[in-house]
Amino acid sequence: MTAFNDKSGPFTHAPTSVSLTMATVLAALVPATLFDAWLFGWPAIFMFVITVGSCLLMEAGCLILSNKPLQPSLSDGSVVLTGWLLAMSLPPWAPWWVGLLGAVFAVVLAKHLFGGIGQNVFNPAMVGRVALLVSFPLQMTSWVKTAPLGSEGAPSFTQALGITFGHVTGFDAMGAASALGYVKTELSRGVPVNVSAQHLPDLMDMALGMHSGSFGETSALLILAGGLLLLARRIISWHIPVSLMGTLFVLGTVFSAIDPGRYADGMFHLVSGATFLGAFFIATDYVTSPVSKRGQLVYGFGVGLLTWIIRTFAGYPEGMAFAVLLMNALTPIIDHHIRPRVFGRTYKGEPLPLKGDK
Amino acid sequence: MKLFTVRGGIHPEYRKERTSESAIVALPLPAALYLPLQQHIGAPAEPVVEAGALVKKGQLLARAGGAVSAPVHAPTSGRIASIAEMTAPHPSGLPQMTIILEPDGKDEWAELPLGLSDPFKADPSSIRQRVAEAGIVGMGGATFPSAVKLSLGTEKKLDVLLLNGAECEPYLTCDDRVMREFAEEMIDGARIMAYALGAPKVVIAIEENKPQALSIVSEAAAIQPNVEVVSVPAQYPMGSERHLVQAITGEETPARKLTADLGIVVHNVATARAVHHAVRHGRPLTSRVVTVSGGAIAKPQNVEAPLGALVSDLIEFCGGLSVPPRRVVNGGPMMGQPLPSLDVPVVKGTSGILALTAAETNEHATQPCIRCGTCVTICPCGLVPVEMSAFIRKENLDAAARLGVRDCVSCGSCSYICPAHIPLVHYFNYAKGRLNALDREARKTDQIRQLVEGHNERLEKQAAAKAAAAAAAKAAAEAQSTIENRGEA
Repeated sequence: MTAFNDKSGPFTHAPTSVSLTMATVLAALVPATLFDAWLFGWPAIFMFVITVGSCLLMEAGCLILSNKPLQPSLSDGSVVLTGWLLAMSLPPWAPWWVGLLGAVFAVVLAKHLFGGIGQNVFNPAMVGRVALLVSFPLQMTSWVKTAPLGSEGAPSFTQALGITFGHVTGFDAMGAASALGYVKTELSRGVPVNVSAQHLPDLMDMALGMHSGSFGETSALLILAGGLLLLARRIISWHIPVSLMGTLFVLGTVFSAIDPGRYADGMFHLVSGATFLGAFFIATDYVTSPVSKRGQLVYGFGVGLLTWIIRTFAGYPEGMAFAVLLMNALTPIIDHHIRPRVFGRTYKGEPLPLKGDK
Repeated sequence: MKLFTVRGGIHPEYRKERTSESAIVALPLPAALYLPLQQHIGAPAEPVVEAGALVKKGQLLARAGGAVSAPVHAPTSGRIASIAEMTAPHPSGLPQMTIILEPDGKDEWAELPLGLSDPFKADPSSIRQRVAEAGIVGMGGATFPSAVKLSLGTEKKLDVLLLNGAECEPYLTCDDRVMREFAEEMIDGARIMAYALGAPKVVIAIEENKPQALSIVSEAAAIQPNVEVVSVPAQYPMGSERHLVQAITGEETPARKLTADLGIVVHNVATARAVHHAVRHGRPLTSRVVTVSGGAIAKPQNVEAPLGALVSDLIEFCGGLSVPPRRVVNGGPMMGQPLPSLDVPVVKGTSGILALTAAETNEHATQPCIRCGTCVTICPCGLVPVEMSAFIRKENLDAAARLGVRDCVSCGSCSYICPAHIPLVHYFNYAKGRLNALDREARKTDQIRQLVEGHNERLEKQAAAKAAAAAAAKAAAEAQSTIENRGEA
């Protein structure tokens, strides 16, 4: 008898695997990434390759140091996804050391010091981004004007090497501001939001991505398309994106109706900054978000609320990364207190009363 | 009929088409039949024959060993070769007492009790007795003695007998074939059971992926006013008793209660057919339909096998193994149990014999959990498998129990869907077994403590009585000596 008798059933399995899940998420990011690579040119491509490569290196190093096998952790796509999302959240022309340092923060500090895949409390990519943002605020907020590959003023391959690895400053394209940053700066100068917003590209251009910002936050519509793919493939469910964006939209709409000079409107909140990227790809990170659907609704609401508060009242123009990290910290508590109702029991765990029993 | 949604569940690849279109074929009598005394939940049966005895088909070989037990009958005529220990069709591979019958090839019936021509005029208790004497147990795999379940009507007011034809396990088509080929027998058996239960109505639930069975059974049931046929969604585990009741009535059976508390008793379709045979013809349960399937079986089909035929006999009859199987399973691939050997017998609860290839079992090395939460979403019992398994891995069984591991029905949906291939149900089965063992130990310790306390109390009483007697004797002696002293004085 050659058959095995070492475990209980089931003796069939869905065609699911960790690497398939990760590969689907990566595939959903491809269109937006290609567009952004074209939009920001060679320096952005270098930045992307360096960031993802550094994350792979850090993962390998940590696995070796902790005496864990390199496979399947290195090839299952999880660390590539971390690096990819980190790169999406960095300024497109960030120099080489920004990507490398981000990888150290993300993979070494946020992931492996907590025990590796599945054990981290905080979203590694967002830890990387936030650590960089508070350490190097200048480099992290140096947005560039868009300079599509092949267009006039786009840096050549060699110029790009200079931007990424040298100290080329004062390049023509430097010095633009992201939409959220612009509105915030203008407001601090006393220019009402509804006035400054008129100087921004219109919402459609912003949605299409023809504006300044982080590498991955510009092409909102392509990110949205990727997010919808994830929903269709059932990699993620609607709960986090809908509650997150719904909260942001409702708060924006209500408060801008009250005081349009002080508060940006709901639609602006949705298409500017990293809202779509955050709602579909960052906040839905499996490891750091709640496992139950009701918990995910609460979590999404929390991220939306905190993002709006930070964007509106705090010193940073973009709040998604902070909001996600803050809600990450609450995830174990949400999971502890919000569980599905067990069949035949009340939420408190008592058996349901029989009909007729009082 | 309006249906109600059931939480969670999965849509596995059913692979039923391999056997669903071929008619049931009878297995030729094998050289020997191996009849374990324990083919049911409850006490093992007690043999009433001895080695060397000549028996006829349908003759009682072992009687029920208690209130919850079931007798065993001879599936054919022949000679009792021996009563000996033999490997049980159970993953443990432990031996159990087994009656070994060598068929004489005549297949002669014993004298059977006369069938009832109108069971609906008989006393319901006499029907239950016939079912008990026929050795009928739940044939969906639970193997609970059916007569015991039929007596639920004496304590509770019942409304519906729900006949479970969901057959939600992939591969299995034995119930499907029984419904298609023996619809009248099954419906008759169901009506008899409903009568015995005192339930005015029969509802037959069939998953929508069995359209032929649905139409055949609906047609056969059309002439019966109190029988309704319902198509339920193909959603695993629809065949789970409590979930099927929820789909039909919208009511959730409270924890630690029975569906009978809601007025509903659930029986399997093959059980209904066996009841028909027992009540109308006096025939005991001596054979059953088994689905022999899986990628490693050369000619998958449904086989009507005498109880006690070896799994290897069935596989050989189905063309043998075309490739070495990765797993051989007793039952369906979701909740079935791995077989320790092919030389174990078919018993009353054997619904399927599956020889599965590595491609079908799709086993992979376990990876760390990525907390995707799919197990939480699909759990039909509303549990949190990811959290329970984490506690169980740390042997923190109390925490797992608080999260409700005992409410798990081991349907296997979570293990099936887990992208990290974590054997979640394996953990839960382990935890349930350990918790039960701990409970038994605790009860035993409790009993011993009570016995010891009682013993000590008795000893103390005896000692006290002795002391009192000694004191009394001493006092009497002293009194005596005082008197004597006085006398001397």
